[in-house]
Amino acid sequence: MDLIIAEHVSKSYAGHTALSDVSLSIPRGSIYGLLGPNGAGKTTFIRIINHITAPDSGRIIFDGHGLEPADIARIGYLPEERGLYKKMKVGEQALYFARLKGMSRREATARLKEWFVRFGIQDWWNKKVEELSKGMAQKVQFIVTVLHCPELLILDEPFSGFDPVNAGLIRGEILRLRDEGATVIFSTHNMSSVEEICDHITLIDRSRNILTGPVDEIRRSHGGDMYEVEIKGNAADAATSLAGVCTVLESADDGAGNGRLKLHIPGGDRVREVVSTVNGMAIIRTFRELIPSMNDIFIKAVSESGAANE
Amino acid sequence: MGKIGIIIQREFNERVRKKSFILTTILTPILFLGIMAAVFYLAGTNLSQTKEIMVVDRSGFVAAGLPSDKSAVLVPTELSAEEIRAAKTAGEYPNLYGILVIGEDILSDPHAASLYTFEPSTFDIESSLAMKISDAVEAEKLKAYDIEDLPEILAAVKTNVTVSAFRVDESGKEKQSSSGLAMGLAYIFGFLIYMFVFLYGMMVMQGVIEEKSSKVLEIIVSSVKPFELMMGKILGIAAVALTQFVIWVVFLFAVGTAVLHLFPGLTGAVPEALADGNMADIAAMQGMDPAMLSAIETVTDSSFLLTTIGGFLIFFIGGYLLYAAMFAAVGSAVDNAADAQQLQLPITIPMMLAIVVMISVMKDPNSSLAFWFSMIPFTSPVVMVARLPYGVPAWEIALSVALLFATFLAMVWLAGKIYRVGIFMHGKKPSLGELLKWAKYKS
Repeated sequence: MDLIIAEHVSKSYAGHTALSDVSLSIPRGSIYGLLGPNGAGKTTFIRIINHITAPDSGRIIFDGHGLEPADIARIGYLPEERGLYKKMKVGEQALYFARLKGMSRREATARLKEWFVRFGIQDWWNKKVEELSKGMAQKVQFIVTVLHCPELLILDEPFSGFDPVNAGLIRGEILRLRDEGATVIFSTHNMSSVEEICDHITLIDRSRNILTGPVDEIRRSHGGDMYEVEIKGNAADAATSLAGVCTVLESADDGAGNGRLKLHIPGGDRVREVVSTVNGMAIIRTFRELIPSMNDIFIKAVSESGAANE
Repeated sequence: MGKIGIIIQREFNERVRKKSFILTTILTPILFLGIMAAVFYLAGTNLSQTKEIMVVDRSGFVAAGLPSDKSAVLVPTELSAEEIRAAKTAGEYPNLYGILVIGEDILSDPHAASLYTFEPSTFDIESSLAMKISDAVEAEKLKAYDIEDLPEILAAVKTNVTVSAFRVDESGKEKQSSSGLAMGLAYIFGFLIYMFVFLYGMMVMQGVIEEKSSKVLEIIVSSVKPFELMMGKILGIAAVALTQFVIWVVFLFAVGTAVLHLFPGLTGAVPEALADGNMADIAAMQGMDPAMLSAIETVTDSSFLLTTIGGFLIFFIGGYLLYAAMFAAVGSAVDNAADAQQLQLPITIPMMLAIVVMISVMKDPNSSLAFWFSMIPFTSPVVMVARLPYGVPAWEIALSVALLFATFLAMVWLAGKIYRVGIFMHGKKPSLGELLKWAKYKS
């Protein structure tokens, strides 16, 4: 069952449409990528889920019922613009936010200690936030977001400001929380991290949902039946023998007896014929479908939607 | 505990634990008492130098009748003003302050006296000279009537009247009142409210701006409603203000008790006088100034204390809440304190107006000006509190309090609407009109 279903959500501010008729469903236990250029309406959508603002029309179904203020205790939100009270001590501050989310002081203290041990930052408890480096503060911010064990985690650019080691640490924690049952909405511009961890995505551009679905399906459907073959043998010969079977877009030799071909095989049902043809005349080193990166899909989808708008 | 409770707790703890809070709480009363002591000390001693003035007396009788005192030594001279000036230019009389020239016909022409000074002249010295010359001229004129034993008669008729004021209340009972004390209290209370409302109102605004600029707001509003956050901040800082206030009152009370113990004459006289209700006799017995005693009686009257101190607290809380809501709305709309200045104008103007009105109210606490400005909620905290020591009908106080708190509720509703929009607005500095437009937005 889906944890969140958005039905025809629209929202506009004075003279500016932030969301128009956005519908999507977020499966429970998934890592859901919410993508889109700056100013597309992602933050507005996130704020609506967080009950910070209300849609003009449409509705959000959370766990089978209409979204209620009480539901925000089950949501953890890491905004893109991080913020903590600079003069407040780390431990006290994390407790404060946990209590605002409805946790008891004792429970929050116990869980906070676990997290501090997990991140190896026990000695930060009595430090003021202003004494921490940016990356350190980001870690605290992440703990604050997840401390109350939210069923829904909304992470806006969670890896920004982290070095690769700590980014890996945070990624591990996100995956672990997902494995423990949390659903994650992941908003980012970093497409390689989308490919790595997202199951589903929705691409919002100019306030509209222009692309939505499971990441694998989207990539494959944007693939355009392109394949790449690397062989030990002459590429030109192989290309000649493939005439009539499929379209050869490129063929190249490296001069050391290795060839590479880029093929277009419409429908995909002639793939086996292509493989056996090539196999008959050279040793196949690799044969793979060329799946476009999320980056390519993002740029293509956004520019197409832009062109359609004009 | 509700979420507002948690927020109040944080706002309170964060501020009360600050070193600056502890320091101001301790230092302010010490500073206050220190300044008071300094003022009394300075008033008692004359720091200004004794001025040397030469008197060129053409009338022939004035110079003899001009006494020297601490502020001026008057030296009669036979020289003319021009000669003295020439000598002064030549370097003689290095300490000479000025020359007083009395005209021949001073008896018939009261304008025939001039003072030439080598340094800037002061109002004090001029008026003191004028008084002395008048006395001398009057004495000379009296002499013309040739009355026997004139000095004795003058001494015998000399009288200094003081008026004891009694306030007759509705039940016909009379109570000794002291308008001097009332005026002093009015002044202090009015200014304290003005200062406190501004001080703590600004604290609310700075708190809002800090949350907005540090982006911590976005996290908080994903847990609580913006209105709860705003109210939590306003109430938390109110608790800080009251804590500070209570500490100061306790401190001043302790100092007051200590002073009474050091001067047991006061402690002995007052309760006895209160017991048999005969203030004037005791005053005479103790050799004390009756005005002073009536002030003491007023201060120690419990119903007077209750209405003024209680009224002060109620109007302080009401005024603070009203202004804090406005400050919160302004804080939510800007990114830094500098941008807030222009938007603060509609907040500061009524407060300034209240102070101006207060000064005139102290002279006539029952004028219609006083009445209306003590009803208007934006000025009533200062103006009504300044009227309280003079005695104000209960219905006026009740109406004023009701209006103040009703306006606070309306203002907090409006401020909440502005706040809710303002905290997500970044960049452009909004105008007052835009602020009011935000209030109309749907959530």
